[in-house]
Amino acid sequence: MKKEREEDLDQNLTGEETANPAGEIKPKWYSRIRQGITTSTADKKETPEGLWSKCPQCNFICTTSELRENLFVCSKCNYHHRIGSEEYFEIIFDNNTYTELFDNIQSKDFLNFTDLKNYQKRLDEIHSKTDLKDSMRVAVGKINGEEMVIACMDFEFIGGSLGSVMGEKFSRAVDYCIEHKLPYLVISKSGGARMMESAFSLMQLAKTSGKLSQLSDAQLPYISLLTDPTFGGISASFGMLGDLNIAEPGALIGFAGPRVIKETIKKDLPEGFQRSEFLLEHGFLDFIVDRKQLKEKLHKLIVLFKG
Amino acid sequence: MPQYPNRQFLDFEQPIKTLYEEIEKLKHTAEKSKIDMTDSISKLEDAIITKRKEITEHLTPWQRVQLSRHPDRPYTSKYIHKIFSNFIELHGDRNVKDDKAMVGGFAQLNDETVMVIGQQKGINTKTRQQRNFGMANPEGYRKALRLMKLAEKFNKPVICLIDTPGAYPGLEAEERGQGEAIARNIYEMIRLKVPIVIVIIGEGASGGALGIGVGDKTLMMENTWYTVISPESCSSILWRSWDKKEIAAEQLRLTATDMKGFGLVDEIVPEPIGGAHWDYDEAATILKQHIATALQEIKPLRAEQRITNRIEKYGKMGFWNEVPITENNHQ
Repeated sequence: MKKEREEDLDQNLTGEETANPAGEIKPKWYSRIRQGITTSTADKKETPEGLWSKCPQCNFICTTSELRENLFVCSKCNYHHRIGSEEYFEIIFDNNTYTELFDNIQSKDFLNFTDLKNYQKRLDEIHSKTDLKDSMRVAVGKINGEEMVIACMDFEFIGGSLGSVMGEKFSRAVDYCIEHKLPYLVISKSGGARMMESAFSLMQLAKTSGKLSQLSDAQLPYISLLTDPTFGGISASFGMLGDLNIAEPGALIGFAGPRVIKETIKKDLPEGFQRSEFLLEHGFLDFIVDRKQLKEKLHKLIVLFKG
Repeated sequence: MPQYPNRQFLDFEQPIKTLYEEIEKLKHTAEKSKIDMTDSISKLEDAIITKRKEITEHLTPWQRVQLSRHPDRPYTSKYIHKIFSNFIELHGDRNVKDDKAMVGGFAQLNDETVMVIGQQKGINTKTRQQRNFGMANPEGYRKALRLMKLAEKFNKPVICLIDTPGAYPGLEAEERGQGEAIARNIYEMIRLKVPIVIVIIGEGASGGALGIGVGDKTLMMENTWYTVISPESCSSILWRSWDKKEIAAEQLRLTATDMKGFGLVDEIVPEPIGGAHWDYDEAATILKQHIATALQEIKPLRAEQRITNRIEKYGKMGFWNEVPITENNHQ
């Protein structure tokens, strides 16, 4: 029995850790003397650390090293855990060897945007907590000997949100592909546009699309890999504009988030709504690829495009 | 002087309503007692104009948002009929259906044929539903793209009038690829060979706006807003409450002045004193002039030049820090 995971995707865009939603109160058999578990479940999914890992879908428990060996895919139910650029680069590039590009571009708080927290402060906090500089990393390396540029999002960084830095890195990656005649893969995992950059983040949709048209003129292949979750500005721009649009199994992909749709239509959403399989059925994906076959499939595609 | 009956007033427009009511009273008395009150009435009429001016001079960003949604504000069809002649509406995306939230068709602007496209809101309960409150579905964006391609084929400029609270977040919309439809439009508009003039005439909400919003010149009317998310939704996500919309509107810097200052739009189109809803004819006359001028500026360029300019223009949008490069080989 598959458990539908319910998650407030928008909440990730705040850049805050999500607290566990207050559920219904159940009669207690035992009471906790002190609060033992302080990490939120969202955190646990993102970076499986520690000795043990539990699958959020089937509750299968295995060691994290086993999970890592299995490319962060549940060996029981094939659930694809959320992973970041570091893991994707390791999975895809030969011998985990690659050159990171444009990592000198960093976000700044141009608008002095303050919600519950100041944007600059938010950025500084994430910088001090993680090694990530922004929500997208670009690298060039080889896949079974074939060179390729990969831009990969990190959901950990303000929900993988699309801001000026992602737009600029994306654009420079396109320029790099054109200059070196290389194919381009973008791995999306994002809640949408970065609200703290206001209209500037919206304009990244036009900016990246413009660059893609140059890539297209250069007749270089662009593959868009959509992973769990991909929403908003990403799906309304380069996420859906691949020469090939592909996705990992079971990924939530859409324009509007499930919560917003539910509130608008005031009905429950059908099971499997906005999952990869749903998108494939409705004709928006070329195919769904298992993480374990990802590298081989990509290599095959590059060869096919070349030959 | 605009007529009073059936006029609707926002909170901050109440002083104007009071003045109108005073005029009505005077007129009533004048009729009854046969005393000439023309002087007092014209004084009050002047006071209304002054009040309209006063109010718009000190608007908060949230009040601008309210003005952009004013129930009396002219919508796309109103402008089409006042600015263009010989408009022929064209329907359907040739795939699913005709989306009533998006209208478009051939028309003439000063004797020149153009394609005019825009989101359409309703004017009463029935038409509001019919028009889906100006929230287009994928077929709306695909209809818009079909019309743009038609314009391209016959080498006619495209004019887009934007007024939407966003693309519709519905179940069928997702099934039919709302994201893909908007993405495709953005991509194709960047490459469209004919001149494109964009005007924000009301609400410019996010991808729903940009889906018909990529062009050579972007104009923004004085009392409109344009940004990545509506202030209400922004408040609900970032402040976790629906009550911070005023602050969200401020923080988002969504007014025409802000957007012009950032270089994200090219021009601000002035509105009649107090807002476009006070005088449709004047609003349309000013807008017509601005559209015509913008079109004259971009028409002489070669198609390839316009496309390159577009890519460069949007390519420059954004802000970031660039620190000195360190070689980063991962072995």
